[in-house]
Parts: sequence; structure tokens; C-alpha cells
Amino acid sequence: MYTKTAKIAIVLSSAAALVLLAAAPSGAMHIMEGFLPPLWALGWGLISLPFLVAGYFSIKRQVEVSHKYLVLIAMCGAFAFVMSSLKIPSLTGSSSHPTGVGLGAILFGPSAMAIIGIIVLLFQAFFLAHGGLTTLGANVFSMGIAGPMVSFLVYQLMKQLKVKSSTAVFLSVFSGNMMTYIVTATQLALAHPTNGDVMTSLIKFLGIFALTQIPLAISEGLVSVVVFSVLEKYNSEALKALKVIA
Amino acid sequence: MLKKNLILIALTLILAFVPLIVLKNAKFEGADGLAEEAVLAIDPEYVPWFEPMIELPSGEVESLLFSLQAAIGAGVAGFILGRMTAGKKEVDSSARKG
Repeated sequence: MYTKTAKIAIVLSSAAALVLLAAAPSGAMHIMEGFLPPLWALGWGLISLPFLVAGYFSIKRQVEVSHKYLVLIAMCGAFAFVMSSLKIPSLTGSSSHPTGVGLGAILFGPSAMAIIGIIVLLFQAFFLAHGGLTTLGANVFSMGIAGPMVSFLVYQLMKQLKVKSSTAVFLSVFSGNMMTYIVTATQLALAHPTNGDVMTSLIKFLGIFALTQIPLAISEGLVSVVVFSVLEKYNSEALKALKVIA
Repeated sequence: MLKKNLILIALTLILAFVPLIVLKNAKFEGADGLAEEAVLAIDPEYVPWFEPMIELPSGEVESLLFSLQAAIGAGVAGFILGRMTAGKKEVDSSARKG
């Protein structure tokens, strides 16, 4: 599946990440610049690194199989660009952004979305002061890795259960979106425990991020279903080749 | 298919706009701003150790850049989807022309 070079690169970067993490002492929007202490910022970056490497090779391999996939990947990237730029009001009285990476994860697998995710995050960190460079690793992990992984796995499960594709897409995208923000809340709670208690902080951050996100995750799910249905109608060969639909 | 998609889009718009109508006094501040406040409430001595590389002069400029991001994404996605949905007819007619 992966070339020998790719495998070696992935293993080496995973090993490097593990070694460096072991040596380091341990204590929804995207996490804001400077709000993760340096060690956490570095740690999450290291954890994300092997996934980014895998993602690069995953995209490279899929594009080599067919040029049409490049266009489709570009579309998934563009979709993520649009979705993550929209600040949508929520029933909790605050607002947040959808992630937009669920659809791409279903089509191209989770590791490809790590690359798409980091592109979006870099754009937003540089031009919009939204998210940050120090928190890039953590934000890539929540939005580019954990979320897409859940989206991909839920979709695979739905496919096994022979669930209708629109329902499958909705549930996958919804779950992935929620996962992203649950991870974000966890990252903040781990770095900022209340008097040493991570759980108290976690509940607080979940209240801010995850609760706000529920209507947004539903919205993103609905829009993803719409886009997916268009792809299914006009590009079913690609979807079948990607083993997304039967 | 079009009807179903329009219903889904309408549902999405309703979900997005109902809060604006129902919660008249809410400020709809971004969740990341609220998280910033929460961190400082939990850990009042925490000082962010890095500042954003650029400082946006106003909310208007921020809106511009977010719109730009949305426009770039929508432009690319629309172009690709447009070509995809028109694809078959063009391929057929260009094949006939030789």
C-alpha cells in the first residue's frame, strides 16, 4: 500500500515523536496563539508529525493513481476552506466554525486530511490571527487527525452495516466534527487543570466548545450530504474507485 | 435529488439563523474568545507566551479576510463541481468534433 520509502519515513517520524515525547516531562474553534504552554505545544506537534508525513504520502499515492483524484482532493480542500471560514451562531449564544474536513476524510481517508487541515490552519494563523503557530500541532491533531479519523471510521462502519449513503455521510461528518472539538477541549483541559484537576477544566471547556458545536456539526453534516449527493450523481466512477460507494 | 438537497440547505440555514432570532440578547462571541476567558479564569497567572504574527486592525478587516477565505474555497469548489456536472455533455460534443 505505501512505498518502502514512505514506510521508512513514517516509522522514523513516529519513533522520533515517541522518543522526544518520552523525554519530555508531563502537566473549537482552534486553540488561540500562545494558549498552550511550550511543552504541550511541542508535544502535540510531535504527535501530529507522523500523521502529516503519512498524509503527504497518501495524497501523493492517490494522485499518482489518477489525475482526477487531484481535482477531487482540491475540491475537498476548497470545501474545508469554505466551511472553516464561516463563523456560525449557535443556540448556546456563542458562535463557532465547522471544520469541513469530514467529507474529505470519507473520500480520501484520514491521513490526507491532516495535510488539508494544516493548510487551512496555516492560512488562518497567518492571515487571520485565528488559531496560532504555536498551537498548530494541537489544532492539526484535533481538526486534521482526530476528527477525520472518527469520520472515516464511522463511515466505514456505516458502510459495513449497509446504511444509506446520505445517512452514513451525515453521521460520519457529525461525529468527526464533534470529536474535533472534544479533543480541543481535552487539549485545553490537560494544559490548564483547575487546581490540578483536569476533569473540572474538561467539563468547563466541553461546555464551551462541544455544546456550541452540536448545531454546527448538524449543519456541516447536512451540507456534506448535499455535496456528496452531487458527487454521487456526477462522479460515481471516482467514488466507486475510491471504494466509498459500492 | 434537487428537492431533497434544497430541503437540506433550507434546514441548515434555519439552524444557523434561529439563534439570531430566538436569542435576542446574546452576543454570539466566538467560542475561542470564550475559551481564552475560561483559561484566564482557571489560571489567572497564565500569560500567553506567543502573540499572533499579525494584529488585525479591526473587526471589519477580519470579516474581509474570512470572506476572502470563503470566496476562495467556494470559487474553487464551484468551478470543480460545475465542470463535473457539465462534464458529460462537453466530453461527448468535443469527441464528436474530433
